[in-house]
Amino acid sequence: MSDLLFFIEVSLAGLGSGALLSLTALAFVLIYKATRVINLAVGETLMMGGYFFFALAAGMSLPVWVAIPLAIAGGGLIGAIVERGIIRRMLGESPISVFMVTVGLGSVLVGLVEFIWGTDPRSLPDFMGSAPIFLGEVYVSRKIAISFVVAAVVIAIFLILFRYWRGGVALRATATDQAAAYSCGINVPGVFSLAWIIGCGTAAGAGMLLGQIGGIAPTMGAFGLSALVVVIVGGLDSVAGALIAGLFIGLVEAWTGTYLGGEYKLVFTFGILILMLMIRPYGLFGTTEIERL
Amino acid sequence: MRIATANETYLADEALLSTRTQWAWMGILALVLIAAPFVLNNYWLYLACLVAINVASATGLNILTGYTGLVSLGQGAFMAVGAYTVAWLEANVGTPFFVNLVAGGALAALVGVFVGIPSLRVKGLYLAIATIGASIILQFFFVNWSSVTGGSRGINVAPATFFGTQLTTYFQLYWLFVPIAALMVLGAANLFRTRVGRAFIAIRDRDISAEVLGIPLLRYKLLSFAISSFYAGVAGGMWAYFFRSVSPESFTIVESIFYLAAVIVGGMGSILGGVIGAAFMTLVPEILRFGVEIASPYVSNAATLLSPIRTVAFGGLIIAFLVLEPQGLAEIVQRIRRFFHLWPFKK
Repeated sequence: MSDLLFFIEVSLAGLGSGALLSLTALAFVLIYKATRVINLAVGETLMMGGYFFFALAAGMSLPVWVAIPLAIAGGGLIGAIVERGIIRRMLGESPISVFMVTVGLGSVLVGLVEFIWGTDPRSLPDFMGSAPIFLGEVYVSRKIAISFVVAAVVIAIFLILFRYWRGGVALRATATDQAAAYSCGINVPGVFSLAWIIGCGTAAGAGMLLGQIGGIAPTMGAFGLSALVVVIVGGLDSVAGALIAGLFIGLVEAWTGTYLGGEYKLVFTFGILILMLMIRPYGLFGTTEIERL
Repeated sequence: MRIATANETYLADEALLSTRTQWAWMGILALVLIAAPFVLNNYWLYLACLVAINVASATGLNILTGYTGLVSLGQGAFMAVGAYTVAWLEANVGTPFFVNLVAGGALAALVGVFVGIPSLRVKGLYLAIATIGASIILQFFFVNWSSVTGGSRGINVAPATFFGTQLTTYFQLYWLFVPIAALMVLGAANLFRTRVGRAFIAIRDRDISAEVLGIPLLRYKLLSFAISSFYAGVAGGMWAYFFRSVSPESFTIVESIFYLAAVIVGGMGSILGGVIGAAFMTLVPEILRFGVEIASPYVSNAATLLSPIRTVAFGGLIIAFLVLEPQGLAEIVQRIRRFFHLWPFKK
C-alpha cells in the first residue's frame, strides 16, 4: 500500500513539474506558430523572469503582487526588443540561421545575469508558503501544487484567448497562411511582435514559478532543453501537443528520477526525443510538412 | 589587377591555388608557421596549439554543416569520444600517439555514423535537435561508464612520446599539432575536388534533386557524418594530449555551440572560413582578457567579470555575424580580394 502511495506522490509531483514544462513549451509553440522560429533562448528568458522577480521583490523590496506583473512585463520587453531588433531583420533567412541567433541570444542573457547577479544560485522571496497539502493520504508539496494550478489556469486562459480573442484568431490565421492572413487585413508584423511578447512573458512567468520551487541560478536555462523535448514530442505547432507531452515528460522525469536516479532523467527524455524524431518527426499532433521541388 | 586567367586543362581549372599571388600567400603562411615557434613566447605557443586543435575540429564541422548542409550540435561530443579513446589507449594499451589519434578518429567516426542515422529522416532544425539529444546521451555514458571513462573525475593522459622523447612543452606540441591540422585542412580542401565532395555540395543545395541525380542520400549523408566526426575525434585526441586530462566537463554542449559558431563566424561552406573562424573565436576571449586587465585598476572586481563578459561577447558575435555578415569572415576576405582584382579601375 505504501509503495502505491509513494508512486502516486511521485506521479503527482511529476504532473506538477509537467505543468511547468507545458507552460514553457507553450512559449515555444506560440513563437513557432507565428514566426516559424525555434527560440532556444526560451530557457534563458525563463531564467531572466526569475531574476527580474528577484531584483524587484528582494532587491527593491516591492510587494510580491507588484513584482510578479512587472517581472512578466520584463520578459515581454525582452521579447519585444529581440523581435524588433534581431528577428525582424532575419526574416527570410534560413531557419538554421535564426535558430543560431537565438542560441547566441541565450548566451548573451546568461552572460548578463552572471555579470549583474553573479554565478551563485539564489532563492526567491517566498510567497506561496510551505505547509504541505494532503489529498486524502497523499502528500503534495505546496509549491508544486500551486504551480500546477497556476500553470493550468494560464493555459486555460490561453486556450480561450486563441478561440475567442481577435488577436488569438489573428495568430492562428497567420500560422495557417501568412500571405492569406495579410491580404485579409491582419497586421502580420504586429502578430509576430505579439507572439514574441506573450511567449517571452509566459516564459518569464514560468521562471518565477520554477524559481519558487528550486531557486534561481544562471544554469536554470537548461530547463528549456526539457521543454524543447516536450515541443518536439508534442509537435512544434500544436498547443494540445505541448500540454499532453508536457505532462507526459514530467511524469517520465519524475519516475526515472525517483526509481532509477537523477542522472537517468535527461537520458530518458532525450532518448524519447530521438525515438520520436525517427518515428514521427513532426510530433504527436504537429502538422506534417510536405516538401515539394 | 588580375588579367587573363584562362585555364587550358580541367586539372588547372580545379586546382586549389590557381594564381601566383595565392602561391605566394601560401608560401608566406608556411614560412610564418615554421618561424612562429622560434619567435613566440610560451603563452602564444599555447594559444597557437589551441587554435590548431580548434581549426581541425571546425574544419570537420564545416564539411558536415557548411558543405553537406547537415547542422550538427554534436561536435563537442564527437571530440570527447576521440579524447576518451586516446586517454584509454594511452593508459591501458600504450600504443604510439599516432595510432591513438587515428583510433580516436575512427571510433568517433563510428559514433558519428550512428548519430547521423536520424539525418535520413529529419533535416535542418530537427536534425540539430537530434544531435543535441545524442550528445546528451553520450555525456551520460562519459559520466556513468566509470570503468572506462573514470566517471565524473575523468582520466589523466600520459604525454605523447615521439621516439622516446616525451612531448610536454608547447614548443614540442606545436610541431605535432600544426602539421596534423594543416594536413587535415588540406585533405578537406581536396575532398571537394572529388566525386564525394561534389556529392556533398549537391546534397546541401537540394537533397531531393541530388537523389534524383543518382546520389544515394543514405550513404553520402552518413559518409559526411563519418568524415566530420573523424576530424572531431582526431581533434579531441590532440586536445587530450594538450590538456593531459579528460573529464565530462571538458566537452559540454557549449563546446558544440562554439564550433558551430566558429563555422558560422568564419563562413559556412568555405575551407578558409572554417580556419579563420576557429582562429578568431579562439583568440577573441584572449583579447577580452587583455581588455579586462587594462581595466582592472579602475574596476574593483574586474577579474570576476571576465567570464560573463566572454559569455556575452560569444553570443553577441554569433548574433552580429548572422545579422550583419551572414557569409562570415570569408566574405570579408573575398571582398578585399575583389577590391585588389579590380584595383586601379574601381576605387
